[in-house]
Amino acid sequence: MKTVRSIALTVLVIVFGAAVLADWVAPAPYARQFRSAPNAPPSRQFPLGTDELGRDRLSRLLFGSRVSLLLAPAAAALSTLLAALIGGGAGYLGGRWDRFAMRSIDLFLALPWLFLLLTVRATLPLNVSPAASITITFALLSLLGWAAPARVIRAGAQSLRQADFILQARASGCRGAHLLFVHVLPNLRPVISAQFWISVPVFILGEATLGLLGLGVTEPLPSWGNLLRGLESYSPVVSGPWALSPILLLFVVMSCLHLVFPGREFST
Amino acid sequence: MIRRSILFIHSLTVVALAAAAWGQAGGQLRFCLRAEPKTFNPILVDDQYSDAIRYLTGGVLIRANRRTQELEPELAVSWKIQKGGRGIVFELRRGLLFSDGTPFSAADVAYTMHALLDPNVHSPSGDAFRSGPGDPVIRVLNPYSVAIDFPSPLAGMARLFDQVAILSSRSPRKEMAVLGPFMLAEHKAGAYVLLERNPNYWKRDEQGRRLPYLASVRLDIQQNRDIELLRFRRGQLHLINTLDPDSFDRLAAEAPSSVYDAGASLDSEFLWFNQVAGAPLPEYKKAWFASKEFRRALSSAINRDDICRVVYRGHALPAAGPVSPANRVWFREGLEPHRFDPAAALRGLQGSGFRNAGGVLYDRDGHRVEFSVITNAGNKARERMAVMIQQDLAQLGIHLNVVTLDLPSLLERIGRTFDYESCLLGFSNDDPDPNAQMNVWLSSASNHQWNPNQKAPQTAWEAEIDRLMRAQASAADPKKRKAFFDRVQEIAREEEPFLYLVYKNSLSAVSPAVHNASPAALRPQSYWNAERLSLTPELAGSR
Repeated sequence: MKTVRSIALTVLVIVFGAAVLADWVAPAPYARQFRSAPNAPPSRQFPLGTDELGRDRLSRLLFGSRVSLLLAPAAAALSTLLAALIGGGAGYLGGRWDRFAMRSIDLFLALPWLFLLLTVRATLPLNVSPAASITITFALLSLLGWAAPARVIRAGAQSLRQADFILQARASGCRGAHLLFVHVLPNLRPVISAQFWISVPVFILGEATLGLLGLGVTEPLPSWGNLLRGLESYSPVVSGPWALSPILLLFVVMSCLHLVFPGREFST
Repeated sequence: MIRRSILFIHSLTVVALAAAAWGQAGGQLRFCLRAEPKTFNPILVDDQYSDAIRYLTGGVLIRANRRTQELEPELAVSWKIQKGGRGIVFELRRGLLFSDGTPFSAADVAYTMHALLDPNVHSPSGDAFRSGPGDPVIRVLNPYSVAIDFPSPLAGMARLFDQVAILSSRSPRKEMAVLGPFMLAEHKAGAYVLLERNPNYWKRDEQGRRLPYLASVRLDIQQNRDIELLRFRRGQLHLINTLDPDSFDRLAAEAPSSVYDAGASLDSEFLWFNQVAGAPLPEYKKAWFASKEFRRALSSAINRDDICRVVYRGHALPAAGPVSPANRVWFREGLEPHRFDPAAALRGLQGSGFRNAGGVLYDRDGHRVEFSVITNAGNKARERMAVMIQQDLAQLGIHLNVVTLDLPSLLERIGRTFDYESCLLGFSNDDPDPNAQMNVWLSSASNHQWNPNQKAPQTAWEAEIDRLMRAQASAADPKKRKAFFDRVQEIAREEEPFLYLVYKNSLSAVSPAVHNASPAALRPQSYWNAERLSLTPELAGSR
């Protein structure tokens, strides 16, 4: 198991390293269109071939990894933090706080987000720089994504409230922040961690969906989300296995993350 | 005896060969519609899926041949334009029956025209017949002759009757009684529409056999193009009416005999700048977009050949103006697309006070030239074109932001709030006649996209286009009409309110099991001659 984790860690270091050093590692600028070679198969010049506009797939994958691997975990962290504060607080405090938080979560989950996102798009200017579009996209994802994890975390916190060891701590005079930080939160960590890791790929794909509303990472900047959008129809999938490289990389990275951080998720 | 036997065998061989060439009567043709038809009432048709049903079931007085683009007599054996283009008289075919057995006569034509022109019905096909104030007068001259008089001249009126499916005035089945080759047999909402052969259809082939050859046509409602393609490859469908270039090339590699590129269609893709005076844009941007030199320079900086080759895989033509060369009658010969010349484009911009400093273009007041182009999300060809234009314009130092929007949001911006800078869209054209483009070229029209609904033309060239479009619409002489509309095309190329990009080719797939297929550039591309389509003998026996 240790060897597998070492391999996974090595893979992660390579992927993250390549993403961070994309400016130097990528064979070509991510936006450059080699129009004489659209949909080219892998070659020495284009190790993963080119996309439909003749852009080097490997370069786009590396730059896309930089965007998605830095921002999707950041958005997941913000969303999980919100979920932990609201859900954890509601479950731990109980009573009217719990009722208020639950109604808020229900309301949040019931809102027609599609229409609200359309309104957001309508209020934003059309000329948005790629950096701003990335920030807006992932901020939206984190602000929209906290409600479902909050329910799960709240359930975990509620069960802890009645746990024997918490009752024993209370009986021993442990109260307030000390009880929360020393006894409750460490025991909620597996649930919170699981919610975080679940959120990362969901946000990567969510970013691609936002692109349909004009809110995602804008062209020509690549992200895993908009690279995955290229696979939504049948033709690119059967045109060659190299077209599947974004989904393969997503799978490898997520698997490696689960292998490298297993104890934090599931230990109690 | 031997000679007789040889003769008999020879005759059998000829019959067998003829059967193989023509296919065999019977069988069910299957293909997909991408959405549910909104109506089966031919006078209310307003979408291409309902139009497909109308085309297959409706009998019309005059049919525009989709291949030759010539008008051909159908229910009318002849017609005559009268009163300087204000009237038309039809002589009707005799002895015809609707699908339910009711006889066809001039009263049915009058009934249909009254229904079509009824202001309470709001028929989209009827709107085309409103040539001016006042109502058209329909007169039944005798049971097989009918005259229609319009309040003012209606140029190209004969072609409009291609869209008018004749209803029965006497049938209790109302619009379900038809004169076309097929009739509606079954409709399962969201699943399929089944059409069966009209037993009373009047046409016969050259050998005197009754048309249509097919026993039925099943149109499955299928939105997903990938599933449609998969079903075609499995032999579950016999044709795909419109293919995208990617699928076309893939099918061509697998089965070259099943794909058809009928050449340029009437559809064009283009980009325009927002020139609405009251648009919520900075004044300096409005000045850019209103400048002919700016528009022309950007047009020269777009590599249309690359767009055709990369985005459409060679299945498109660089566009020069509003009329595609597929439109044999109205295309202005000699009109060439703008040559790709970024250096000339930059010179043109510099001549208008723009300057390039450090790879960034600035206007004379020092504003960086940056704007956005919106297009509808999900249309991959348009998204790709926008990204290619982004790179082309970057060579001039222009920063273009590509924004994809859902269609309702996009329509809201281009039609109501005017909160956009430029837009990339396309026109789907069904009617080659310039009258079909009146709602685009008249400055008062709502589809005059760069600056719609003008109370009075805001530029001299728009006033000139208004004049020419009205003149061609009322001229009875086809040569004069052509001259007027040629001039409109020249002005459109000169002023470039639309930067025409490409004319898409008409791509379709037809199974080798279908005989007599001859896909055309005009809709409905692959089944325009549905009455003459037949299936191979082994399929013809199936239903």
